[in-house]
Amino acid sequence: MTKPLLSVTGLTTEFQTDEGLVRAVDGVSFDLPPGGTLGIVGESGCGKSVTALSIMGLLPRPNGNIRSGKIHYQGEDLAAADTTRLQRIRGNEISMVFQEPMTALNPVHTIGRQLTEVVAIHTNQSPDEQIRTAVAMLQRVGIPAPELRMTEYPHQLSGGMRQRVVIAIALICEPRLLIADEPTTALDVTIQAQILDLISSLQKDFGMAMIMITHDLGVIAETCEQVVVMYAGQVVEQGSVFDIFDRPKHPYTQGLLRSIPKLTDIPKQPLDIIPGMVPSLHDLPVGCRFANRCQHRAAECDDAGLIVDAVTEAHTVRCLKWRQL
Amino acid sequence: MSAPLLEVRDLKMHFPVKSGFFSLTKVWNFAVDGVNLTINPGETLGLVGESGCGKSTLGRCISRLYEPTAGEVLFKGINLAGMSHRQLLPYRQNIQMIFQDPMESLNARHTVGEILEEPFLIHGIGNAQSRRQSVSKLLDTVGLPGRSASRYPFEFSGGQRQRIGIARAIALKPELIICDEPVSALDVSIQSQILNLLMDLQKEFNLAYLFIAHDLAVVKHISDRVAIMYLGKIVEQASSNEIYHRPFHPYTQSLISAIPIPDPHHTATRILLKGDVPSPISPPSGCAFHTRCPKASASCQHKAPILEPVAPEHIAACHFAEAP
Repeated sequence: MTKPLLSVTGLTTEFQTDEGLVRAVDGVSFDLPPGGTLGIVGESGCGKSVTALSIMGLLPRPNGNIRSGKIHYQGEDLAAADTTRLQRIRGNEISMVFQEPMTALNPVHTIGRQLTEVVAIHTNQSPDEQIRTAVAMLQRVGIPAPELRMTEYPHQLSGGMRQRVVIAIALICEPRLLIADEPTTALDVTIQAQILDLISSLQKDFGMAMIMITHDLGVIAETCEQVVVMYAGQVVEQGSVFDIFDRPKHPYTQGLLRSIPKLTDIPKQPLDIIPGMVPSLHDLPVGCRFANRCQHRAAECDDAGLIVDAVTEAHTVRCLKWRQL
Repeated sequence: MSAPLLEVRDLKMHFPVKSGFFSLTKVWNFAVDGVNLTINPGETLGLVGESGCGKSTLGRCISRLYEPTAGEVLFKGINLAGMSHRQLLPYRQNIQMIFQDPMESLNARHTVGEILEEPFLIHGIGNAQSRRQSVSKLLDTVGLPGRSASRYPFEFSGGQRQRIGIARAIALKPELIICDEPVSALDVSIQSQILNLLMDLQKEFNLAYLFIAHDLAVVKHISDRVAIMYLGKIVEQASSNEIYHRPFHPYTQSLISAIPIPDPHHTATRILLKGDVPSPISPPSGCAFHTRCPKASASCQHKAPILEPVAPEHIAACHFAEAP
């Protein structure tokens, strides 16, 4: 087996809030091979974005802190790296694409300046070369008339075009790992199709690995090889995309898959639901965090010390009862 | 066939937009540009389109939050377009709205009890005691605990707030509810709870819905019929099964093919559209879709297609309409 490009073990991230310490990410572990695609799926507040920010070293300071765990990137622990080291890695080795392209771009700088800035920081190209690199990258992400766009500002572009610019900025230094945090959630479905198509073709061309963070199981099924399902800060199930969609073992994963309306459904039939809602991170149960919504709940589910069980070598589930389901 | 509950005839909503030197030039945003539709009692009509296609504007014209530029909005045969506020008041009870973001559509300074009591006060229904009873009955209907009445909107989760929005909409026993993206801000597991609630309420009160959303899978699930909108016009309309299995319009076909399917075995044969939706301020000539259409020919630039029957109970506006 190849050595993983990124290996996260026992990542625990906490936030200091007015109501006390909140553990947004609790013991998250996963491996990502070079060139591989891992999806992290979960609902709001499950900790999927905080996981990404922890890897990038972009947690809001001083409130957010990595409490424990390791983030090994090519053998180096990013959780222990200092700011200068992280700045060299970010944008060059690991890049991130955010959900909202309007807030990810600087509204008072031209597109060209925002692209060449990245090149200037990470390479020693001359200003002329930087501009050529930037124009070539805009062309690659499918922006018409790239020379003209270089001189324009973010507000002059449509949402889809802005997201292409954000992708161009993220990929201009040809990183080995791209973290895409809900990259298409703010976009229309036909534009989403364009952007997903673009991301996967760029991924192939550059041979980069990707972490796709999304709440959309359709996007996961289409783009990812490995899937991590998160619930209330923990990984509840992890496996290949086929394990998760064909043989889901955790009641939450099963419920999630059943509750989404599908195009093949008969209209106007009641949907399967997961009753109740996600527990507050301020007040988490000691046992299984999904227990209060789970139809298979047993007395032992409320005991502390729930462990992650292996279904197969590559498929793990955090549930006591999965064998009986 | 029974008479339609709502009939919209050639509805237009053009917003003036100022532009140019010192904003002296006046141009028009053709947000809704000649829409016809009907909704029968107890029926759900789904309205699908991308941002800026005019679907929300159309909903707001029907509920008369906007005064339409032209056309008729016939509710049980009576034209609401052009009515004064006073004339409209009795009809407002019958047409209610549910909005996308319940946090922004609920007054943060009022308790849930006050929010739900307000429709009764405005229409002068009942006394203090009967209104309190109605509020607690409403909370029960939408699945919220009775003590919610004394709490404020911020104390609730997104899904619960949407339940409050729904309770307010059904308070006066309307016959038609315009649902404007009611589940798109919600998490997947909460979304299905709200969709089930809407379907249950429809059965219980014989409600008709105009269900506006961009998520075709959600719309298909809840609707009897679906209309697809592009740049201010309806381009195709059929029953929800028919429109998914036999879409005739190239835009509908590409819209359906663009939806990511939650099945890793599914291999998408995608019709990728070029470019973005053009601006409704200067929509393309002829067929508005011709700039992105994979089937467009020269004639599409000049001649606008009209909605024509392509199959029983199925209309589409395309010169080259054909089943896939």
